[in-house]
Amino acid sequence: MALIELSGIERVFHLGDSDVHALAGLDLAIEAGDYVAVMGPSGSGKSTLLNLLGLLDRPNSGTYRLEGRDVTTLSASEQARVRSERIGFVFQSFHLVPRLTAAENIALPMMLAGLPPRERDARVAAALRDFGLEHRADHRPDQLSGGQRQRVAIARATIMRPAMLLADEPTGNLDRHTGDEVIHLLEVLNASGVTLIVVTHDPGLGGRARRQLVMEDGHLHHDSSRSANLA
Amino acid sequence: MKLTDTVRFARSAATGYPLRTALSVLAMAIGVAAVVVLTALGDGARRYVVGQFSSLGTNLVIVLPGRSGTGGFNPANAITSTPRDLTISDAAALRRAPSVKRLAPLAVGTSEISFGGHVREGMVAGSTSQMLEVRNFTLAQGQFLPDDDWNRGAPVAVIGAKIREEVFGTQEAVGQLARVGDRRVRIVGVLASTGTGLGMNTDELVIVPVALAQALFNSNTLFRILVEARSREAIPAAKNEVLEILKTRHGGEEDVTVITQDAVLATFDRLLGALTLAVGGIAAISLAVAGILVMNVMLVAVAQRTNEIGLLKALGATDRDIRQAFLAEAAMLSTFGALAGYVLGEIGAFLVRQFFPVFPAQPPNWAIFAGIGTALVTGLVFGVMPARRAARLDPVEALMKH
Repeated sequence: MALIELSGIERVFHLGDSDVHALAGLDLAIEAGDYVAVMGPSGSGKSTLLNLLGLLDRPNSGTYRLEGRDVTTLSASEQARVRSERIGFVFQSFHLVPRLTAAENIALPMMLAGLPPRERDARVAAALRDFGLEHRADHRPDQLSGGQRQRVAIARATIMRPAMLLADEPTGNLDRHTGDEVIHLLEVLNASGVTLIVVTHDPGLGGRARRQLVMEDGHLHHDSSRSANLA
Repeated sequence: MKLTDTVRFARSAATGYPLRTALSVLAMAIGVAAVVVLTALGDGARRYVVGQFSSLGTNLVIVLPGRSGTGGFNPANAITSTPRDLTISDAAALRRAPSVKRLAPLAVGTSEISFGGHVREGMVAGSTSQMLEVRNFTLAQGQFLPDDDWNRGAPVAVIGAKIREEVFGTQEAVGQLARVGDRRVRIVGVLASTGTGLGMNTDELVIVPVALAQALFNSNTLFRILVEARSREAIPAAKNEVLEILKTRHGGEEDVTVITQDAVLATFDRLLGALTLAVGGIAAISLAVAGILVMNVMLVAVAQRTNEIGLLKALGATDRDIRQAFLAEAAMLSTFGALAGYVLGEIGAFLVRQFFPVFPAQPPNWAIFAGIGTALVTGLVFGVMPARRAARLDPVEALMKH
């Protein structure tokens, strides 16, 4: 059974009189533990796809099965629970809460999930160690470098031990060297079993993934696994 | 999300924007402080007046000549002659009434009192020995009027503290012969200073026997008869007996007015209580304004933190979590505002008491509870709308906003 199964997904945005098909008739399956890069020009629908996969957005039609369960029909609070437990987000602009320290930012998903404080402290301590942030625990985001900020964000995304990690241009705001470090970190996480889905413009970055999806006008234009099968 | 976490998160949000938080706390504090101080003033005025009235004497029934016109036009009044005056014999007759403990007739006028070249205009009250108990006077020196025939008018006088000071200066007053109008009187006593009271300032009073006062003013009428009932319960009975006796004496005509201290007190109490309530109500409007300010501040907070709200949703926060976090923040602002306002208000009332010691400016308990309660409720009610707006934000749009 695939981790993610999308069938007949349509997502239409109404802009004035015209309807924009951000996603049209999309069928897609992603196996657990896979490393997928979603590429394509701006407006091709790759961000919409990522939002949909992250349950931040609902399709107009079609079904989305996550771990065999239809999640499109869930209520808002049930979806929030799925996001909390199964999905981790990494954003281009990090999205750290500016007034909270690195440790507090990492603990945020556990606080929202209502985990007991003792458990939270243990996990945060472990995460700070794993991501090389021991000496940055009490620093606020504005006291951290870009690379450190993204590591805090990745620590936060993985603290609930999700099944998949959705990364939207994770290196977009970083220089080449720090970007490579962050990608390496994500790949290590993928190697430990987390499904990794990265949206990127950068062909070099996309090329590192095991599977490449290229979007165009809301359609899946190219799928490396399928063309491999065809070949 | 656990409650303690919600509170902690709201606290970090509130302290994260100190100016915004301080301003809305200040607005709420001013509102509550206004309620506390203004009701303290209103209730202080009520207690001051009631206290002054009580100091006039206890269980007082006051007889005035003439019928008060509150009953409207009475045809009987049109036919009969003008009302009869109250006389010393009327007052003496009231001593027969079983519910009357003691009484004092009162004739009032102004006259000069002079001694050794010092002359002063003063209010002269003609009365009898029981005036002392009826009006709760305290003597500083000497004794009060002698208890003798009311019609005799011995040439003696009791003077107030200020008259003593201004006319006699450093000299001993008691035992001296002074002049009141065209009469020579011996000063037998000096009243203890009481400060200003309602109606009559006893410090500037010269008290002489009632017959002497009438001779001074060349009249045989009384200004009032002050009657003290045997007990609080006996007041209505005393009033009826007094009316009955005077009606018989005045040819069956009810040509006097009898008011009880209780009725006057109750009226003042009601009046000033209503005033306090009205003033408190006006102050409560400022609380509503403060509530709207809290709402405004929270709406700004939602706009400022749109990004954060989107992030929280992505991290698994439910709409309920978001709503509660923002509500908790609004509640926190209004709670701190209310508490700060209460402290400010108490300090204000304390300062009023310090500068005007006679004025018992103490906020009534109901006003404190109402003030703080209104603050908390308005804070919460006005916090609901911004909280709901925050919870309803679309996560994708919220995350994209910068």
